[in-house]
Amino acid sequence: METVVHNHWSPLLGRLWWDAIPQEPIVWATFAAVALGGIALVAALTWFKVWGYLWKEWFTSVDHKKIGIMYMVLGLVMFVRGFADAVMMRLQQAWAFNGSEGYLNAHHFDQVFTAHGVIMIFFAAMPFVTGFMNYVVPLQIGARDVSFPFLNNFSFWMTASGAVLVMMSLFIGEFGQTGWLAYPPLSGIAYSPWVGVDYWIWALQIAGVGTLLSGVNLICTIVKMRAPGMTMMKMPVFTWTALCTNILIVAAFPVLTAVLCMLTADRYLGFNFFTNDFGGSAMMYVNLIWIWGHPEVYILILPCFGIFSEVTSTFCGKRLFGYSSMVYATLVITILSYIVWLHHFFTMGSGASVNSFFGITTMVISIPTGAKLFNWLFTMYRGRIRFELPMMWTIAFMLTFVVGGMTGVLLAVPPADFVLHNSLFLIAHFHNVIIGGVVFGVFAGINFWWPKAFGFKLHEGWGKLSFWSWAIGFWFAFMPLYVLGLMGVTRRMRVFDDPSLQIWFMIAAFGAALIALGIGAFVVQVGYSIWKRKELACDGDPWGGRTLEWSTTSPPPAYNFAFTPVVHDIDAWDDMKRCGAPRPAGNFKAIHMPRNTEAGIVLGGIATVFGFAMIWHIWWLGGLTFAGLIGYAIFHTFNYNRDYYIPADEVTATEATALRQLAPAGA
Amino acid sequence: MNATTMDTMTKPTASPEQLTAAFYELEPHHHPEGASTMLGFWIYLMSDCLIFAMLFAAYGVLGGNYAAGPSPKDLFELPLVALNTAMLLFSSITYGFAMLAMAKNRKGATISWLLITAVFGACFLGIELYEFAHLIHEGATPMRSGFLTAFFSLVGTHGLHVTFGLIWLFTLVTQITRKGLIQANKRRLMCLSLFWHFLDVIWIGVFTFVYLMGMLR
Amino acid sequence: MFAFAARAYRHRMRLSDSRPKPRQTSVLARVLAALSLTGALSACNTVVLKPAGDVAQQQGDLVVMSTVLMLIIIVPVMALTVFFAWKYRASNKDADYQPDWDHSTQLELVIWAAPLLIIICLGALTWVGTHLLDPYRTIGRIAPDKAVAKDARPLEVDVVALDWKWLFIYPEQGIATVNELVVPAGRPLDFKITASSVMNSFYVPAMAGQIYAMPGMQTRLNAVMNKTGDDFVGFSANYSGAGFSGMRFKTRSVTEADFARWADSVKAGGKDSAGALDAATYLELEKPSENVPAAQYASVSPDLYGKILDMCVEPGKMCMSEMMAIDARGGLGKAGIRNVSMLSYDKHGRAASAAANANPDAETRRELAWVRALCEQKPGTAPDNTVKAPADLKSLSGAGLTAPQSFAPNAIAFDKAEEHAAHSHLTSRN
Repeated sequence: METVVHNHWSPLLGRLWWDAIPQEPIVWATFAAVALGGIALVAALTWFKVWGYLWKEWFTSVDHKKIGIMYMVLGLVMFVRGFADAVMMRLQQAWAFNGSEGYLNAHHFDQVFTAHGVIMIFFAAMPFVTGFMNYVVPLQIGARDVSFPFLNNFSFWMTASGAVLVMMSLFIGEFGQTGWLAYPPLSGIAYSPWVGVDYWIWALQIAGVGTLLSGVNLICTIVKMRAPGMTMMKMPVFTWTALCTNILIVAAFPVLTAVLCMLTADRYLGFNFFTNDFGGSAMMYVNLIWIWGHPEVYILILPCFGIFSEVTSTFCGKRLFGYSSMVYATLVITILSYIVWLHHFFTMGSGASVNSFFGITTMVISIPTGAKLFNWLFTMYRGRIRFELPMMWTIAFMLTFVVGGMTGVLLAVPPADFVLHNSLFLIAHFHNVIIGGVVFGVFAGINFWWPKAFGFKLHEGWGKLSFWSWAIGFWFAFMPLYVLGLMGVTRRMRVFDDPSLQIWFMIAAFGAALIALGIGAFVVQVGYSIWKRKELACDGDPWGGRTLEWSTTSPPPAYNFAFTPVVHDIDAWDDMKRCGAPRPAGNFKAIHMPRNTEAGIVLGGIATVFGFAMIWHIWWLGGLTFAGLIGYAIFHTFNYNRDYYIPADEVTATEATALRQLAPAGA
Repeated sequence: MNATTMDTMTKPTASPEQLTAAFYELEPHHHPEGASTMLGFWIYLMSDCLIFAMLFAAYGVLGGNYAAGPSPKDLFELPLVALNTAMLLFSSITYGFAMLAMAKNRKGATISWLLITAVFGACFLGIELYEFAHLIHEGATPMRSGFLTAFFSLVGTHGLHVTFGLIWLFTLVTQITRKGLIQANKRRLMCLSLFWHFLDVIWIGVFTFVYLMGMLR
Repeated sequence: MFAFAARAYRHRMRLSDSRPKPRQTSVLARVLAALSLTGALSACNTVVLKPAGDVAQQQGDLVVMSTVLMLIIIVPVMALTVFFAWKYRASNKDADYQPDWDHSTQLELVIWAAPLLIIICLGALTWVGTHLLDPYRTIGRIAPDKAVAKDARPLEVDVVALDWKWLFIYPEQGIATVNELVVPAGRPLDFKITASSVMNSFYVPAMAGQIYAMPGMQTRLNAVMNKTGDDFVGFSANYSGAGFSGMRFKTRSVTEADFARWADSVKAGGKDSAGALDAATYLELEKPSENVPAAQYASVSPDLYGKILDMCVEPGKMCMSEMMAIDARGGLGKAGIRNVSMLSYDKHGRAASAAANANPDAETRRELAWVRALCEQKPGTAPDNTVKAPADLKSLSGAGLTAPQSFAPNAIAFDKAEEHAAHSHLTSRN
C-alpha cells in the first residue's frame, strides 16, 4: 500500500484540503446514510416545531434528570456507532483468510479498532454510567438537584463535544491508527503525521474536562446534599458506588489530562516527553496512561455494581446482605485500583519483584470483588425472587462476570501474562468483564429505572428477546476469542495465514450477529413501549422499590420532592412503606430552584470548533475560539440571576396530580 | 436491621400526622446558597494538584536527560528566581490582606489589596517570561532535551495558572466594583484565595525541586 | 500456604526430588480436571498450552494451575447462583422467605476468607513463578529432568524489530536473517531485543512468552526449544502500524548439527543470499516495508547490533550510550546547545533525519566535525542485566529463591522510571 502524504497547509484552512475527504467507498456510503438520516431528523424536528421545546426543556436544562437522560441518549447513539465498528472488525477477521485481504485496507481497519475502543469506553460506557449517576443519585439521597446544576449541563455538553469530534473524524480526515491508548512513538508526529491522533487527543481532552467537572459535582452532591438522617452508612449502595466512582474520576482524569497535554506538546511543539531521541521516554507514557487507565476500568464497573445491588435487593424483596461489607469492599477496590497499573505491561521488562508486586496487588482486588458477588448471592438466599428484566440481567451478569474475573486474575500472574498478553484471550477477558459487567449493568439499570424516568415500564417480550440475544450472543462472540488466544493469535491482526483459525472467527462473527439482534430488539423494545405507553403506565413505585427515588412520582416533578424526606434506615422508602407514613397533603412551600441557562451548550459548541481548529492547525480559528471560551465563561459569571422559586400554588397543583398517581404509602 | 425505627414508628400511639412529621421535613431548612462551592473548589484544586504531580513526575524522570546539552547549572540564575519567588510570596500576603478587608466589608480596601496582588503577580509573570525568553534566545528551548521539555512544561504550566488567576482577579475586581461585596462575590473571592495560595504552594515545590536541587545535581 | 503453592509448583515441574504426597495427588487430580476441561480444545492447536519449548511449557502450566485454583471458588459461586435463583423464585412459596435477614458474621467471614485463601496460594505461586520465569533469568534447565550443562554456552541471537519485519543477527556465526529464525533444539537461547522505530513485542508462542522490543533500549529473553520442527511461527504481539499483520516470521528448530550446516550455508552465500549486512544495507533495510519475504545475510558488521541499539548506525550520529555518559557527567553545557543534528534520530520522522544527514548543510557539517572531535561514535557495551539461574534442579523448585521478605523498599522503588531502569538499556547507563 502506498503511503499518502498530506502536507498541505494554508493560513486560512490549516491542513484542511480536498484530500481530507476519505477515499473509501464504505465511508461515502456511511456518510450518505448519516447525511440523509440527519436531514430527515432535522426536517422532522422542524416540521413538528420541537426545536424550541428541545432548546428550552432539554439543551439548556439544568435539571439533573434531563441531563441524565441526555447522557443516556448520547451513550446509546455512540454505542451503536462503536458496535458498527465491532461488526466491521468481526467481518474482516472472518473474511481475510487464504490469501484474501478481506474488505478493509490497513488504513481503514486500524482506524476501526482504534475508534471502537475509544468510542466504547469514552463515549458509550462513560456517558451511560454518568447518566445513571446523574439521574439516580440526587433522587436516592432525597435532594432536589446536584450541587452545581449549571456545571452539570456544561459537563454534558463538553462530553457531547468530544463525541462530535470523534464522529467528524469519520468524514473529515481520519481517526487515529494507534490503538485506543495511542502509545508513542507510534502516536508521535514522526509515525502518525496526519490528523488521526489529533482527533483522538482533542476529543478526549474536551470530553475529559466534562467528566472531571461532573465528578467534582457529584462528590459535592453526595457529601453535602443528603436528606436529613441519611448518614454515610445509611446511603443506598448505588450512591456509595457513585461516590467512589467520582472520587476515582477526580483522582484519575487529571492524569489523563496531563498525559494528553504532554503528547500534544510533543506533536505540536516538538517537545521531548516521549520521543526516542533527545532524552524522551516512551515508557513514561505507558506508565502514566495506565495510572489513569486502570482506575478508569473501575470507574465503569463500580456504578454497575451499585445497580446490581439495588436490583438484587429489590427483586428479591429483601434487605441487601452485608451492606457494610459491600461498602468496605467498594472502598477497598477504589484504593487498590491505583496500585495495579503495571499489570498492563508486565512484558515491558520490569524486574521479577516489581512484576510480582503488581501481579499480587491485582489479585488482591479480586477479594473484595468476590465478597460483593457473595453478598448478592446471599441476598438471593431466602429471598423471593421476581424474574423481571432487571433481575434477569443481574443473574446473567453474575454468571458471566465470574468467568471474566477468573481470566483477569489469571492474566495477573506475570508468566501467564507473558504468553497471553495482547492476545485475543486478553480481548475476550476484558469484553467478558466489560460486557458482562458494564453493558449488562446498563441494561439492568435502563429496565429498572425507565419506569421512574418516564412513567411506564418497558415492554417485557422485546426486552426478553434482547436479553437472550445478548446473553447467548456474548458467549458465541467471545468464547472463540479465548480459544484463539490459547492458539497464540494476537490482537489487531487484519489478515491471517493459518486457515484452521477461520472457523473460530466465523463463530465469533455469528455471536456478533446475535448481539446485533439484541441491540435491535432493545431499540424495538423502547419504540414499542413508547407506542404502548398507556398500557404500560405505572405509578411511582412499580417494582416494590426500597430507596427514596421510588417515593416520588414517575416521572418525578422538577423539584423531585415537595418535602424533603427524613431517613431512618438504609432502605428508606421501604421503611416508610412499612410504617405507613402518609405523604404530606398540604401546606406546600415555594421551592427554590436553579434557572436554565444556554451557557453550557454555547461553551460546548465553541469547544467543538476550538478542537476542530486545533486538529487541523487552523491557528487563527483556534486562537479566536479559545479567547471566545474564556470570554464567554467570564461573561457568564456576570449573570447573578441564576435561580427562581416555584410558587407554592404550582407545587400544590403538581402534588395534587401526584397524589392521584401515587399509591398511598404503606398501602 | 431497622428494628429501632420500625418499633418506635409502628407503636399504636403514633398518629398519621406524627408519622408524616417523622418521615418528612415539613418546615424546609434553608440550604445556604453555594454551600458546596468551597468543597467543590477544593476538590477541583486537588485534581489540579494531580496534574502538577504528573509534571513533577515527568521532571523526575526526564530531569537528568540533557541530551548532551546544558544542565540546570549552566542555565539557572538563582538570584532572579529568588526575586521571582519573593514576588509570588508577597502577592500571597497581599491577597491575605484583601481577604481581611473583605471580612470587614471594606470594599475599597479589598479592591486596592487585590490590585496590589495583581501587580506582584504580574511582576512574577514578567520575570518568568524574561527568564524563558532568555533561555530560548540562548538556544535552550524545550525542544532541545528531555530535561528542558520537562522544565518548561512544569514551570510554564504554573505560569499559565498564574495568568488565569490574574484574569480571574481582574474579573472579580470588576464584579466587586459593580455589585459590591455581596455573598456571591465573597464566595468567589474565597475560591480565588484558595487558588492563589495553592499556586504558591506549588511554586515552593518548583523552586525546591527544580531550581535548588537542579543546582545541586 | 506458601509452601503448599511452592510444592504444587515443584510437582508440576516433575522434579525428581518430589515424592508423591497425599496433598499433591489432590493437586494432580485438579490439574487433570482442568485438562479435561480444556479437552474440548484438543481439537485445535492450542500452542500456548502445548508448546515446544520448556519455558513456554512452564508458563502454560501456570495458566492451567491458576485456572484450577480459581475454579475452586468460581464453580461453587456459579452453581449457587443458579441454585438460589431456582430455589428462591417467587413462585416457589415453600421456600423460606426472610426479608429482614441481612447479616451473618460467620458467612461474612467465609466470603472474605475463602477468596483470600485462594489468593494467598495464587500469590505465592505468582511470586515463585515470576522469579523463576523472569525472561532476564538464564534458564537453569533444558527440560524438566535435564539441568543445563555446566559448560553450556547459550546461543546469542540479537533481534531487531523493524517497520515491519524482524532482523535476526547471529553474532557467534556472523550471519543475519530477516523474517526467519532458526535455532538449535536443546541449546539455551539468549535473545537480546531492540527495535528501530516503534514498540513491538517479540513472541514465539511455541518457545517462550513475549517481551517488548523498544527503540534505544534492550530487553532480554532466555529460552530453549525442546522439539525440532519446521513450522513454528513468531510475530509481533504489539500493534506497530500499517504493516503489523505481516510482521510474522517462520521459526525452525533443528538439531545442533543441522544448525551448524544451516549457518555454514548462510555464510557461504549463494544465489539467494542477500550478501553482507553493513550499515548502508541496514539503513536501506530499515525503511518501512510490508510482508517481507525471508532473507539471509552471509556476513554482518560486528558492531551493527550495538549501533542499532545505540541509534547511531547513520554516520555522524552520537551514540545513545555516549550521550548518556555525557549527561551523567552533567551535559555539555551551553557549548552543546545548538548541536542537534547529531542527536536527531526520528523526532521529525526517520526519513527526514536520513535525508538531512545525506545532504548536510554547512552548519551541520561544522557540528559533525565537532562531534567527531568530541566522541568516538562507537556503541557502548550494553550492561549485562541477566539474572543468573543456578544450574541445579533443586533450586528451580523455588528453594534457591530469596523469600519475599527481601521485598525491601529498595526492591520496589516507586519511581516508575527507575523500575524499568533495572532492565532497560536506556536508563541503566545513567
